[in-house]
Amino acid sequence: MSSRITARFDALKQENRAALVTFVTAGDPSFDASLAILEALPGAGADIIELGMPFTDPMADGPAIQKAALRALAAGQTQIKTLEMVKRFRERDTTTPIVLMGYYNPIYRYGVERFLVDAKAAGVDGLIVVDLPPEHDAELCLPAREAGIDFIRLATPTTDDKRLPKVLENTSGFVYYVSVAGVTGARAPTPTDVERAVGRIKEHSQLPVAVGFGIRRAQQAEEIARFSDAVVVGSALVDCIEGAVDTATAVAEVSRLTRELAEGVRAARR
Amino acid sequence: MTTNATPVRSGAGPDADGFFGDFGGRFVAETLMPLILQLEQAYEASKTDPEFRRELAYFQRDYVGRPSPLYHAERLSDALGGAKIYFKREDLNHTGAHKINNCIGQILLAKKMGKRRIIAETGAGMHGVATATVAARFGMQCVVYMGATDIERQQPNVFRMKLLGAQVIPVTAGTGTLKDAMNEALRDWVTNVDDTFYIIGTVAGPHPYPAMVRDFQAVIGRETREQIIDKEGRLPDSLVACIGGGSNAMGLFHPMLEDESIRMIGVEAGGHGIETGEHAASLNGGVPGVLHGNRTYLLQDDDGQIKDAHSVSAGLDYPGIGPEHAFLFSSGRVEYVSITDDEAVDAFKTCCHLEGIIPALESAHAIAHAAKLAPTLPKDHLMVINLSGRGDKDMASVAAYLEKRGDTEVLPDTAEDARDVDDLQFGQGSNQGETH
Repeated sequence: MSSRITARFDALKQENRAALVTFVTAGDPSFDASLAILEALPGAGADIIELGMPFTDPMADGPAIQKAALRALAAGQTQIKTLEMVKRFRERDTTTPIVLMGYYNPIYRYGVERFLVDAKAAGVDGLIVVDLPPEHDAELCLPAREAGIDFIRLATPTTDDKRLPKVLENTSGFVYYVSVAGVTGARAPTPTDVERAVGRIKEHSQLPVAVGFGIRRAQQAEEIARFSDAVVVGSALVDCIEGAVDTATAVAEVSRLTRELAEGVRAARR
Repeated sequence: MTTNATPVRSGAGPDADGFFGDFGGRFVAETLMPLILQLEQAYEASKTDPEFRRELAYFQRDYVGRPSPLYHAERLSDALGGAKIYFKREDLNHTGAHKINNCIGQILLAKKMGKRRIIAETGAGMHGVATATVAARFGMQCVVYMGATDIERQQPNVFRMKLLGAQVIPVTAGTGTLKDAMNEALRDWVTNVDDTFYIIGTVAGPHPYPAMVRDFQAVIGRETREQIIDKEGRLPDSLVACIGGGSNAMGLFHPMLEDESIRMIGVEAGGHGIETGEHAASLNGGVPGVLHGNRTYLLQDDDGQIKDAHSVSAGLDYPGIGPEHAFLFSSGRVEYVSITDDEAVDAFKTCCHLEGIIPALESAHAIAHAAKLAPTLPKDHLMVINLSGRGDKDMASVAAYLEKRGDTEVLPDTAEDARDVDDLQFGQGSNQGETH
């Protein structure tokens, strides 16, 4: 059985273009507004959706996504509600892959087994859990794959050739290359360095390679999309939500930026 | 789920993956993993490096001022009317607390690894001061992350750090306390991977930190063991230490874990009382979870969101605890109790009055529990309390606290009043408890 993630990458390969992966935090600024944003993303050009599971202590995130998490929690978002949001999204969209991204503690507290069952039932396709390196694959990575959910690993500028095979070993769906050493939304990556790193990963893996961290504008997306299989944008979209006065504005602003980014990704290999 | 379901023998951990039983590990972002593995290698190598051991011993002696005395707190013992109480005087170390034991060790490691920039998190500021101190001594750049709330209540330490040349960065994210400072330090580290060494101040964080900080603090327990045998001809009967992250307690306990006759008690910060939910007692009021690189007991809600800790003492105001303590709690080797803000402040006053020692509010938690326990014990019971730090930094906090609870007895107005403090009683926990 081909997963939604694999199917999506296969289809884009036929189109000869990279995927646009958009990140927003579930429940930011509220459940209803967040669901409306989520539902608008595929139409605006998002190929894969990363949905952040809010956590009080997001150690790998910059100020934008930290604040988004706190807004969501203040509005009452929980793990249960995040899965509910995915379920509601799936009522109208059965093809756009959804990858939940976050930290281990809320999943651990929920109960790993129960979480995987509920996530699968809701229509979740993959997980990115920042604080679970391959040394802890037994915690969630292996059980997730058994439950039919991809576990997408992060490779970073500090992951050297010796360590890379270990990082890639149990990864499925795609590989997420963190383009700069740092937190989300910080500095912009240098395309030549990133291209070299993507090439290095591809020597070790057949999986599509996505690139994220520090990509904010269509032009950057276009540059990165020339040599990667996917471009991830998060903080810039989350900033649109922070700046919006109401749900309609938030949806409009996120859609506008998504369309621009999608245009950039599509222009890359023309 | 974990690599080691069988508990390790007390004192023998961690295993190769950094687990003490179910607790510990290396739950960090991939960017940090290679750095943590390098640190582990460097630390392991330092254990058998005679030059490193020699330098460490030199700085412990001539710079920190070790060994710290083991002092018979005679008047406190007499007033309590039970156990014979000793204070392990970590408050007499350079910079006024046990924190420097660890900082000296880690900065020597940083030097050996060729790092030039030091970062640290701090709560009460004692670890920040100790880090700024060693960074100054070794000519390294130093950045200390401190919660905005803590900066307000620990002004003297902020000034000290700045004098020592450190940059103190206020952390307003989250609740502006120790956990947020630690998040921010981790964010700095993940950004400055090439030149930066992160000196964690307690026995928590990803492996190898809990074991490494423990090993640097274990000098407390090794000295205590020797000193008490020297003074009393035998081992102590009980050890009492306060616990935030747990480094002073682990330093005292660890070298004696195998001495099964010794009762060990860790004292958590009970804040307004465990039942109120406003406390910092991770073991007595939390459940297992994963934060800041390790699995341990955490204050958290049903959704796995971390809750704010509360304590009158900034140094204990942390929603987690070192993983080895979590293990010793589950194995039952160490007892863990809690002491409220009120009880700690009472003990703080008593220690000032009876012993002429102003303890850190953190250490006052240990004294407060000892004060409950000592009267129930025979006079030949030997109890050691870790006086982990001095209380100069706490003047403003204590003054504000006493004013808030309408406590006017802290400053005796006449010499006659002052003599009456011998009659101070313990454990009354409030404003009218102390009879004259």
